[in-house]
Amino acid sequence: MIGVIDYGAGNTRSVTNALTNLGNAFVLSRDIETLDSCDKILFPGVGAAGAAMASLEQNNLDNWIRNCTKPFLGICLGFQLLFENSCENDTECLGIIPGSVVKFRPTKITPHMGWNFVEAAGAFEMHNDYFYFAHDYFVDVNEHSCATCIYDDESFSAVVRKDNFWAAQFHPEKSGKAGQDFLSLFLGHE
Amino acid sequence: MLTKRIIPCLDIKNGRVVKGIQFQNHRDMGEPAALARYYSDEGADELVFYDITASPEARDIDFTWVSRVAKEISIPFSIAGGIRTVEMAKQAFDTGADKISVNTPAQEDPSLIDALARAFGSQAVVVGIDLKGNDLYSNTGAPSKTQRSDRTPLSWVDEVVSRGAGELVINSMAMDGMKNGYDLDTLNRVSCAVNVPIIASGGAGECEHFRELFEKTNVSAALAASAFHSKAIAIPKLKAYLKNFNIPVRIST
Repeated sequence: MIGVIDYGAGNTRSVTNALTNLGNAFVLSRDIETLDSCDKILFPGVGAAGAAMASLEQNNLDNWIRNCTKPFLGICLGFQLLFENSCENDTECLGIIPGSVVKFRPTKITPHMGWNFVEAAGAFEMHNDYFYFAHDYFVDVNEHSCATCIYDDESFSAVVRKDNFWAAQFHPEKSGKAGQDFLSLFLGHE
Repeated sequence: MLTKRIIPCLDIKNGRVVKGIQFQNHRDMGEPAALARYYSDEGADELVFYDITASPEARDIDFTWVSRVAKEISIPFSIAGGIRTVEMAKQAFDTGADKISVNTPAQEDPSLIDALARAFGSQAVVVGIDLKGNDLYSNTGAPSKTQRSDRTPLSWVDEVVSRGAGELVINSMAMDGMKNGYDLDTLNRVSCAVNVPIIASGGAGECEHFRELFEKTNVSAALAASAFHSKAIAIPKLKAYLKNFNIPVRIST
């Protein structure tokens, strides 16, 4: 059973549709006992970092996520919230992965919106392909980056991994076949 | 490299996809989810659904077809037409839409843009802007109610971006359905004025029109309807053509 964290921050429907299409049973929940009973966790999110962190705290999910030992995948805002802090609303985030979420320079067209090429780094086994992005904030390439992307001249983290935590800045659930393959890679991982 | 997006636009009337010329004389083109699947398989980067009857008739959107589309495809899509409140937008997102696009209701109450951006994030809020000559129009879905605005196009573009629009669809009404190419002058003026992504709309009829658009303007995406629906342009062929001219497009590996 896949637990999809439902904390009132954005579009869970496309994530659950993607899981259904891949033949996975899921439960959409913010209840800790329910999430505890799941094998793997998906943490989607769109919207603003400040409101999302407030909602996690309100539901006592912040500490639950910090202590989670199940295979865990953060998506988009769910990716950003795993880091230490975000300059969006000057928000203290979950601090699971070292690093800060910063804003694209104002000279760029923002949001970084659309399909961009993602390249795996090191031994990470994902296929290099185009994925769908929609974000104003990003995380620099760091020691936990296992796939990267370039917007104009700026390289940033597309996928990070630390212990059981995976996170993607792009939307695998909106990235067609490439996205399905990425989700399958995560879901097939123990 | 961020690719230029190719976006088929599906006009919806009574839950069916239709196409007219300059917003009139609509012909039935098929079922939304089936056409969404077709275009997704063809390599469309995103889809836009315009409920063209919704705004002028003050009707709500029927969200049943939205949820069918969301189950059918795994590329982003937006819904336009008739979204007048944060509550209605929430329904669109809850059924699986990735973005909503507002036009006439935003002109009537610009604070709607602020409220939508606060609730769902700028990346989910598109503002549609219908232009003809140097004028901005509202209610373009119903010819009898179409009105010229007192606002100038560039002041409106500035205002919607400062209120939190994350993307603009710039539709050239005079070009719509005419297949003579995009309105490059207008698109250049708008895309130089703001730094959000611009989706060009109105006028595509040949592959060359897309090349011209991406070579001569800084827009992020090209929207077209009849050129795709009539099968005058096939998306795989269009993307191969653009790639030949070194325009970055997504051709999946």
